[in-house]
Amino acid sequence: MSFYEKYLEYRDFDFEEFASNLTDDYIIKVINKERINELEFLSLLSPKAGKYIEFMAQKSRKLTLQHFGRVIFLYTPIYVANYCVNQCVYCGFNISNNIVRKKLTIEEVEQEAKIISDTGLKHILLLTGESRLHSSLDYIKECVTVLKKYFSSISIEVYPLEMDEYKELVEAGVDGFTMYQEVYNEDVYGQLHLKGPKKNYRYRIDAPERACVAGMRSVNIGALLGLDDWEREAFFTGIHAQYLQNKYQDAEISVSIPRMRPCNGAFQPKVNVNDKNFVQIIFAFRLFMPRVGITLSTRERPEFRDNLVGLGVTKMSAGSSTEVGGHAIDSKSEGQFDISDTRNVEQIKELIYSKGFQPVFKDWQQI
Amino acid sequence: MKLLNITLNGNRVEIEKPVTLMELLELKGIEVEKIIVEYNYDILMRDDWKITALKENDNIEVLRFVGGG
Amino acid sequence: MQDKLTIGGIELGSRLLLGTGKFPSNAIIPQVIKSSGAKVITVALRRIDFDSEDENILKHIPKDCILMPNTSGARNADEAVRIARIARAAGCGNWIKIEVISDNKYLLPDNFETIRATEILAKEGFTVLPYMSPDLMTARRLKDAGASAVMPLGAPIGTNKGLRTRELVKILIDEIDLPIIVDAGLGRPSEAAEAMELGAAAVLVNTAIATSDDPISMGEAFGLAVLAGRKAFLSGAGAVKDFAEASSPLTGFLGT
Repeated sequence: MSFYEKYLEYRDFDFEEFASNLTDDYIIKVINKERINELEFLSLLSPKAGKYIEFMAQKSRKLTLQHFGRVIFLYTPIYVANYCVNQCVYCGFNISNNIVRKKLTIEEVEQEAKIISDTGLKHILLLTGESRLHSSLDYIKECVTVLKKYFSSISIEVYPLEMDEYKELVEAGVDGFTMYQEVYNEDVYGQLHLKGPKKNYRYRIDAPERACVAGMRSVNIGALLGLDDWEREAFFTGIHAQYLQNKYQDAEISVSIPRMRPCNGAFQPKVNVNDKNFVQIIFAFRLFMPRVGITLSTRERPEFRDNLVGLGVTKMSAGSSTEVGGHAIDSKSEGQFDISDTRNVEQIKELIYSKGFQPVFKDWQQI
Repeated sequence: MKLLNITLNGNRVEIEKPVTLMELLELKGIEVEKIIVEYNYDILMRDDWKITALKENDNIEVLRFVGGG
Repeated sequence: MQDKLTIGGIELGSRLLLGTGKFPSNAIIPQVIKSSGAKVITVALRRIDFDSEDENILKHIPKDCILMPNTSGARNADEAVRIARIARAAGCGNWIKIEVISDNKYLLPDNFETIRATEILAKEGFTVLPYMSPDLMTARRLKDAGASAVMPLGAPIGTNKGLRTRELVKILIDEIDLPIIVDAGLGRPSEAAEAMELGAAAVLVNTAIATSDDPISMGEAFGLAVLAGRKAFLSGAGAVKDFAEASSPLTGFLGT
């Protein structure tokens, strides 16, 4: 079995009709229920549920507090290479974009690691563009070996790998995996990924499952909001997370909801996801899966991020750069996307404290 | 006369003469329709009781259904 | 649309299972079966007492009921398996309630041995209904082992304390794709109804009926409670409303 089969169950579902048949009573009932099912989750993403966003916020806040406490986990990404063989219409690293391509040497990786680690951060997310030539598995493993000296938890966000390759990374010290399907709508996916291995929708959608089987402790998935109707994309993200959690009970599943930001290239998002929509998605996830982690990236504005502390988000990035290097190395290459919240780690710490929450730098240590 | 030693429902019992299982049950005054017999850890079907001659150290459990939750 | 409970390929006419222990007399049992509507009746296997006139309880149980012998007395999987095989050889069908208890203080079941016994007996073609302490991991393993249902306790046997394990039972109902039958500890018809409202497939009651002042009447009460609880579950209860209009809404920052 693969999540793809679950996707097929809902691929031709009439989302509009479903939303139009919802009643206020039904929505209120769902918000108050202790455990909700897939369609009830879908109803929370509807325009009708939008009317009850304050109730959803209250419940989301309560559940997040119960299951996570007054904490926010902090991490930062490190881009070690931006070589890419794919032609993804919406991405700054698109092979047809004329940008400076760069790959860090291992010494440079160490320089970056040292600076990042000095800010207190202990959880790092390692990213590369998709290029088996430039960012080979061996190169990634070498980077991990260096990062292990400075960080207690290393996650990777790279191109889809084979299960054995994920196992190798787990053995090398990687405990977390992030992969965004970008867009779950298979047709739209085909239109946005013009060339390159990333064109293979199935291979990508099954990657999180391969990571779970390989023993990754945390698995983070998501869709890039804006590429297709956000209600559907959030829905598929949610049931994908549920599928993984049910099948791999010992993995820690989390979701991200990156919203499209201006980037290099002429692509404009098909759908606008406004702040209220965005927040509704967070609440719907929290009510559907009370223990799922929800990550908020620096794509979002500072004030907006501030307001979301305590409402459902459990993990935030800080002091981010989406350029290759970008912390120690001064040679600027273009970032994958423009960052909105450019605050450094100290400032994010202060923000979190000001909300009565505790920033957590180190969640665990692999021994 | 040879004495036979067998275990019947957990108790050591001496038998004075060679008997079949059926004869033993009759001796003990048991109504044979309602019981189940386990003979040396195997279920013994009713038809076999008449033809099973008891041997030294046989283990016999005579059971019935009772109320239970 | 029909709401039917099917276990081991058999459609059951009642969601109340009845235990036959602790009754003042066996003769009253057929009347309790009638008043309660129960269709699955549990019995136990014991050694006969050579010195007294033992009765065969089977003659008090109507032919159209399903007999479910239990493996009470078994302290481990091997003993449970042995009892199960004896029971089946006695010719009363292949249903078996696995009850493995080596705790004489509380009569709590041994989940680990229960899993082992289930594995063996399911492979031998028994319709296995294991009695267990509500634990999700155990329930999953029981399902994988081939159990036809899972029977978590509501409270320790004989205590009549009701659905003390409510939260854990609810998790089993939500997560395990098998009939969940709450067995043991239900002391009042309202507690049986509660279990059914929660979504249990059925309940098994013994002590509360057998030791009441009027078992026939209490049997009827339990039968009605199970019907009521099931109907309530199917009807979908109204929302319990938990939220208020806040003066400083959490979503005020959205501006809308």
